[in-house]
Amino acid sequence: MKLILAVIKPHKLEEVREALGDISVQGLTVSEARGFGRQKGHTEIYRGAEYQTNLVPKIRVEIVVEDAFAERVVEAIQHSARTGSIGDGKIFVLDVEQAVRIRTGEQNDDAL
Amino acid sequence: MKLTSNLCRGAAGIALAAFAAMPAWAQAAAAAPTVDKGDTAWMMTSTVFVLMMILPGLALFYGGLVRSKNMLSVMTQVGAVCALAMLIWVGWGYSMAFGDGGNAVIAGFGKVFLKGVNSTTTAATFTTGVAIPEYVYVCFQMTFAAITVALVLGSVVERMKFSAVMIFAAIWLTIVYFPVAHMVWGVNGFFLTKGALDFAGGTVVHINSGVSALVACLFLGKRIGYPQEPMPPHSLTMTGIGTGLLWVGWFGFNAGSALEANGSAGLAMMNTFVGTAAGGLVWMLIEKLVGHKASALGFCSGLVVGLVAVTPAAGNSGPLGAIVLCSVATVVCYLAVTKLKPALGYDDALDTFGVHGVGGMVGAIGTGIVYSAALGGPSGDSWMGMGKQLLVQLETVGTTIVWAAVGTTIAIYVAKALTGLRVSRETEFEGLDIGEHGERAYNY
Repeated sequence: MKLILAVIKPHKLEEVREALGDISVQGLTVSEARGFGRQKGHTEIYRGAEYQTNLVPKIRVEIVVEDAFAERVVEAIQHSARTGSIGDGKIFVLDVEQAVRIRTGEQNDDAL
Repeated sequence: MKLTSNLCRGAAGIALAAFAAMPAWAQAAAAAPTVDKGDTAWMMTSTVFVLMMILPGLALFYGGLVRSKNMLSVMTQVGAVCALAMLIWVGWGYSMAFGDGGNAVIAGFGKVFLKGVNSTTTAATFTTGVAIPEYVYVCFQMTFAAITVALVLGSVVERMKFSAVMIFAAIWLTIVYFPVAHMVWGVNGFFLTKGALDFAGGTVVHINSGVSALVACLFLGKRIGYPQEPMPPHSLTMTGIGTGLLWVGWFGFNAGSALEANGSAGLAMMNTFVGTAAGGLVWMLIEKLVGHKASALGFCSGLVVGLVAVTPAAGNSGPLGAIVLCSVATVVCYLAVTKLKPALGYDDALDTFGVHGVGGMVGAIGTGIVYSAALGGPSGDSWMGMGKQLLVQLETVGTTIVWAAVGTTIAIYVAKALTGLRVSRETEFEGLDIGEHGERAYNY
């Protein structure tokens, strides 16, 4: 099993979700996150006081799939989350040791 | 223009002419004043409008500007000093500011705990022979004391102990607010007898609170981390809602200060619309001109500057005069908030001095100019009287600054001796909501 962890632009979430739905991904987890990469944040000004905001709002998407399926998922995210400008985010793929479906106790690929 | 010639004499304090040591002009007409139901209904409405400015108006306006860990402490402090001011007002405040007799500085203690006030006694308005019930007048003026002390807190938020706030408020009202209110509005008040103009409280409310806020924050010291650490407002949405409530409530404040439902109240209403509108747009325009984006907080700040600056001028200026006055005040306040404060390094957290103090000064002094008939004001004088009026205004502003600074120093020192004044470092880091009140504003 592989864990695919993608950090994307918040407004791209809906497109990514649709793209993953098109290739029949069974489930995913989304959380709000902040961070920076090459994109270095922006300046906010309140009554003349300037604050440099280094951490930019992002969405973190986590999906666990069978090994053979991982490449297609990565491809779908990469295409749907891309705008071509700096700050589009990153995708990481990690090995997963075990998975359990809590309701039934099913293990690994059966639990996905 | 009998009404406006009466207005020349100043502001709301005149209303007690029928009861206090009566000047000759009032005595002639004092026989059985009539109480008009329309005036009474308007003044009761105005009074609760001013309460709405404080709760929830000012509480939300200030609350949105602090960090989320201090939201409840701001709302609690604003609400609690407002309530305390009401009790002190009926205790000795009304008597000190508008009671029987006294001298040019305070009106004495003849009406302590509203002694002698009942539902048949009345307070005079600006029209000879027309009065409003005294209870209504007591309540109306009570809300002014309450909002002024709440305004002062804007500079000391996020670090002052709740107990210190309450002690400071009680002393400050007694030695600063009541005497200044009497001097500006009392029948025999020091500034009123000189002919100072303050329609709805530019001096009494705004210069007074603004200067006191500056002095208080200097004694209290900066917030830990200021100015290196970012301290952005936690909810400009709430600040925006608060601004709207302030603007609406301000019609009670300004148009209510006419004490009658008449043309003078109408003029004050007009000016409270257009002066404020000018302030909001001018602040955003300045932001654009200096290379920033026109901001929501800038719009709110400009609106409040407009409201502050139009306060002394509300019934003392034509609409065009009010627009010019509020625009000028906005430029000056913008510079005070964005240049003067960082240059001098004081931590007036919510810019009470920069907005209310500075805006109040520009408004109070400018009222001496826009009052002139030459500029569309209601004065009988043309250019001739302007110089003289301007001098009176300057003298009033100067004396109020000194009075507020000295009184605040005393009040802060007493609060410090009794409570220690500042919260602990840990409480300041954790936030005053948990540290001082044991609650959190937002439980997601």
